[in-house]
Amino acid sequence: MIWNPNKECMSREQMRELQGKRLHKVVEYVYHHVPFYRNKLQEMDLSPDDIRTIDDIVKLPFTTKKDLRDNYPFGLQAAPADEIIRIHASSGTTGNPTIVGYTRKDISVWSECMARCLTAYGVGRNDVFSVSYGYGLFTGGLGAHNGVETVGAAVVPASTGNTEKHARLIRDLGITGIACTPSYALYLAETMEQLGITKDQIKLRVGAFGAEPWTENMRTEIQERLGLKGYNLYGLSEVMGPSVSYECTEQHGSHINEDHFFPEIIDPVTLQPLPDGQTGELVFTTLTKEGMPVLRYRTRDLCSLLPGECPCGRTNVRMSSIQGRSDDMLIIRGINIFPSQVESVVLSMPEIAPRYLLVVDRINNLDTLQVQVELRQDYFNATLDTPAAIDELSKRLSAKLKSVLSIGVKVQLKAPGTIERSQGKSTRVIDNRKLF
Amino acid sequence: MTIRQLSIFIENQSGTLQKVLELMKQSRIQIIACTIADTAEYGIFRIICSEPDRACRELKEAGVAVAISEVFAIELDNQPGGAADVVATFGRAGVGITYMYAFLIDGRGIMIFRTDQTEAACKAIAEGGLHCVTEKDLPVNM
Repeated sequence: MIWNPNKECMSREQMRELQGKRLHKVVEYVYHHVPFYRNKLQEMDLSPDDIRTIDDIVKLPFTTKKDLRDNYPFGLQAAPADEIIRIHASSGTTGNPTIVGYTRKDISVWSECMARCLTAYGVGRNDVFSVSYGYGLFTGGLGAHNGVETVGAAVVPASTGNTEKHARLIRDLGITGIACTPSYALYLAETMEQLGITKDQIKLRVGAFGAEPWTENMRTEIQERLGLKGYNLYGLSEVMGPSVSYECTEQHGSHINEDHFFPEIIDPVTLQPLPDGQTGELVFTTLTKEGMPVLRYRTRDLCSLLPGECPCGRTNVRMSSIQGRSDDMLIIRGINIFPSQVESVVLSMPEIAPRYLLVVDRINNLDTLQVQVELRQDYFNATLDTPAAIDELSKRLSAKLKSVLSIGVKVQLKAPGTIERSQGKSTRVIDNRKLF
Repeated sequence: MTIRQLSIFIENQSGTLQKVLELMKQSRIQIIACTIADTAEYGIFRIICSEPDRACRELKEAGVAVAISEVFAIELDNQPGGAADVVATFGRAGVGITYMYAFLIDGRGIMIFRTDQTEAACKAIAEGGLHCVTEKDLPVNM
């Protein structure tokens, strides 16, 4: 089934024409409403009239996460405050989160895009669908929620946590679909096995998995253990939230809702566009967004675009699975973590040396983050000579990290000089998950 | 009234204790009494030794997290109830015991106490007629 054949199966010529018109409009809109973009365009001697077709997009400046952070909280917001009806926030690289405001129209476009995803997965009015992304500042929960309501399935806003109760509801309510992170899906499978809930007692058949990278091996395992078909769901809050792209039943790349989010692949070093099929950094321009439109936003996700018609009938371009990152961001349990966030906390504690190592693991299908830090020799004194005092210090550090990172962290205090010194580019992260 | 003790932070990993002990051996520092407060990940190695200031300085130079703390070394009556009476003396004075460990000097039982209030502990020791061992009394074989 296709939710909106007019858009999802448009001819390439029509699509490019529509994208060109929308691009001109959005450039004109930000030029008049966002001083940041007006200044950038003026510096480049560009006026909105220079942008007429979608091919003109390469003339436009890029937007980075740093730009969003530097303009915290509302510097890139284009719509007047009274038009904003929802505000989400995602983690920033050093303290300031990224704030994204949505107008009523943005929420409706988002719901439409999400409905396209769910329809491609085969979700319809008769489904009972559990949304197990976190509800809150993170876009996952509410974003998926609106889409489920739009397709007319019954939404169960399970959110995260209380997995045992959720497992029982999946059995008792005959839940047929679920949206969550792939690692949570595996954790859920494990919980069900512990509770003695077997595959033939549940009716799950569709999983919409995203918000963190996952492998084909994970897909096979989730499908096997939960008895469903798992589909990729991609999105990021800076562009919209989940629903930017979605797999169809062919499962050969994810179709991009490119009438709303225009994709480009660039070389992350030269910033030059790369031809279709080549792997580079994914860049999005929002074509219809009102609250916080972005021009050529650098996602830092590495992938390629797969042109050509899909046997499913959709014509919108597909993107490959994410092959890696062009920065050092980690995604842990769906939360974006930058080593620099950890660094800022470590630097704020005089008892700890300005040196750290992040160790990411997947234990029992749940991502774990361990932060190893060194006790500073000159701060070790007689008051720290009991385990209670040392534990108090590591608890204080882990509470600070939790408030900055939004996830629980295991702190390991090490003796001075035991964390390997960096030589040139430091290896501050050991990721044992092997996701790419 | 107190004697000096070294407290050393060591990770709970093979080789870490040996490294500290080797350093002390090279520095010709004699260990008279010691204990380890251990957790799953690390331990605090507490040592009564000869020349604690020099030991501390040389360990620090080798990069070890070490600190000097003041503890009481109280001689116990060598009979049942010896330890109980000392602890009761602190208890009556409202002095909390952070940790304690024992060793022998010439067959006499000596209990090391780290308390949460040094002054009140000194007063309780004096009023209770307890005998504190000083650093001069320690059996240093050099």
